[in-house]
Amino acid sequence: MRPPFASPLLRDAVLVAGIAGVLAFPFVGLLLTTQGTAPTLSARFPEFAGAVVLIFFGRLGISAARRGHILFPIVLGVVMATVGAFSLLFETTGMAADSAAPWHAFVPGTFLATVASAGGVAIAVVAGRNHLLRDSVPVARKPLPMKQLLLWTGVALAGVAIVLPLLPAVDRRLIDVATLVLTYVMLGWGLNIVVGLAGLLDLGYVAFYAVGAYSYALLSVTFGWSFWVCLPLAGALAALFGILLGFPVLRLRGDYLAIVTLGFGEMIRIILLNWYDFTNGPDGISNIGRPSFFGFQFAAKPAEGTESFHTLFGIAYDPVHRLIFLYYLILALALLTNAFTLRIRRLPVGRAWEALREDEIACRSLGVNPRNTKLSAFAIGAMFAGFAGSFFATRQGFVSPESFTFIESAILVAIVVLGGMGSQIGVAVAAIILVGLPEYFRELQEYRMLAFGMGMVLIMLWRPGGLLTHREPTIRTRSQPASA
Amino acid sequence: MTPSALLQVEHLTMRFGGLVAVDDVSFSVAQGAIHALIGPNGAGKTTVFNCLTGFYKPSVGRITLNSPESQATFLLEQMDDFRIVREARVVRTFQNIRTFPKMSVLENLMVAQHNHLMRASGWTFLGLIGAPSFRHAEAASVERAEYWIDRTGLAEYADSEAGALPYGEQRRLEIARAMCCDPVLLCLDEPAAGLNPSETEQLSELIGYIRDHHHISVLLIEHDMSMVMGVSDHIVVLDYGQKIAEGTPEEVRNDPAVVQAYLGSDDETDNAADATT
Repeated sequence: MRPPFASPLLRDAVLVAGIAGVLAFPFVGLLLTTQGTAPTLSARFPEFAGAVVLIFFGRLGISAARRGHILFPIVLGVVMATVGAFSLLFETTGMAADSAAPWHAFVPGTFLATVASAGGVAIAVVAGRNHLLRDSVPVARKPLPMKQLLLWTGVALAGVAIVLPLLPAVDRRLIDVATLVLTYVMLGWGLNIVVGLAGLLDLGYVAFYAVGAYSYALLSVTFGWSFWVCLPLAGALAALFGILLGFPVLRLRGDYLAIVTLGFGEMIRIILLNWYDFTNGPDGISNIGRPSFFGFQFAAKPAEGTESFHTLFGIAYDPVHRLIFLYYLILALALLTNAFTLRIRRLPVGRAWEALREDEIACRSLGVNPRNTKLSAFAIGAMFAGFAGSFFATRQGFVSPESFTFIESAILVAIVVLGGMGSQIGVAVAAIILVGLPEYFRELQEYRMLAFGMGMVLIMLWRPGGLLTHREPTIRTRSQPASA
Repeated sequence: MTPSALLQVEHLTMRFGGLVAVDDVSFSVAQGAIHALIGPNGAGKTTVFNCLTGFYKPSVGRITLNSPESQATFLLEQMDDFRIVREARVVRTFQNIRTFPKMSVLENLMVAQHNHLMRASGWTFLGLIGAPSFRHAEAASVERAEYWIDRTGLAEYADSEAGALPYGEQRRLEIARAMCCDPVLLCLDEPAAGLNPSETEQLSELIGYIRDHHHISVLLIEHDMSMVMGVSDHIVVLDYGQKIAEGTPEEVRNDPAVVQAYLGSDDETDNAADATT
């Protein structure tokens, strides 16, 4: 039997650790701090050494597992995971600081310890799996019944979303984060019509979100109209802007379209910032009407002669009622967007959008009017952004141009691309990953952005087409079974 | 140029800067016949197609289509590409296949019936509420699509992605898709390119079937001479953008100008110099 320390493995691991050492020295080994006013450069040898050693063992373990070794990578993985977990325990409980715990010297820092424990587990699992699959004859893998799988995932996600605020363990903060995530899910679904279905890469989608929010704010503050009146008006205005901005870019495709729409997004923001008489400029618009429960306010002390939400139901006043109401409002709006998209995909216009994404020349050769088709995609996508913008305005009670920067558009495009262009559930999952997790783990500070970047890289490596790339035909022949 | 001609092309000229791709070409296509447009590479055949179907606006010339059903006359050189399909119902396929690769075969054929279905769906509004009239129209469209799927032998692929089909099947899909647009004139740009002899034979049968059973005129660009000679009723030969011959397959085959264009002659250098000036 070959010894587990086959020399190519060792050579490879040393080489990789060497490269890591060169890279890690400036990135990890040196720390720039400011003492008083003078910046000082200090060395971080334990972290540097820890990172290099970790990479050495990690590479060794991965290569060994890939080559079908069993005992060595599993032992290595388990040891790595144990050491990592122990040092994580010591770090987080603060024991490392006051005791001369030996673990601390091995894996310094929470981040490295997390990587060590997770990586160790991964190596052990991969080695075990490879060993188990070693003798099995490769069989043609049965295709998963994706349609059912996606349907049930969707139903499960919707079910969780519906009962979420009623769970006892759920606090205000989680409802807040969930509301934010749902806003992005809705925006992602709206943008999915433009980018995912019609294939028009729109980097200025936030413009329509802003138009919706400002339309709602101005209508509500100027005329005092209620949420349910302003909501459709804001959607209609945003759709109008979608058509207006769509006209000049009809002939553009791909990169050029992306650049021009990016410009439009910024233009809208800058107009909002500078048209002081109309939009109140950088001061924003405040005192925007709060949503009411079909006319009943969420107020502790209702105005004379009116009833408030809690008096209507005879329950004690609790400020969380309004948060829950807002949560259900955005959930309903998002589900409406989803239902609309699922339905319109099966209509001629939806199929024309997808055909336009696939091949515009072929579309024209079949008599599809590319102008109308593109404008309808822009308008409908913008309309949903307008609805979401109204919700944003009423939730915050305040809008200012600050909220509609380019980064919002970028996150939305990332959600759609990461979710898998055109996939509704993919967009929802991507919104949870890209918006929900970073928001919920805000206290992890810089690590959260690091993990964000790492997640993006991993997804691009493993699933370059997005999380869910499965596409179900919108119509099937009657002669064939549906499960074919 | 009989008055009963379906399509009349008169003095068609297309210039790209200094290059004259098509030079004063006139021909006509009769109702219910298969016409072929042949010529060596670069003769301007595809440019003629692009002018007919609105993808290029010709520099000079008139293209008239006399619709057999509505008795209306369309001046194709003045219409946008998608309007030519929608109103004059002249439909084309492409030399390099252009299917919608991520969509199923059936969906490809449904997109071809877009304009009809858009009207039936009340510009989406009736479709959104699931009006029965739309559902009937959609079922009829599926039926029409299935007819052409069967005709072109794509039944086993009906619900699979168009991009995953073998090459010959993709070619046939393009023809099926064009037929779903309900054309009066079908323009096929090298439909046999890349097909093996038995597939070419099937294709000839399909084109003959389209003419005989649906009374649709076909205009064909093709390099496969045995196929062209076999199916065509009438052939127009182009060389360096000019029409050099026209007639039945028999006439064209024996025309000295055609033989010279394809095989060259002894004073080939002189001829080439003449043609490029």
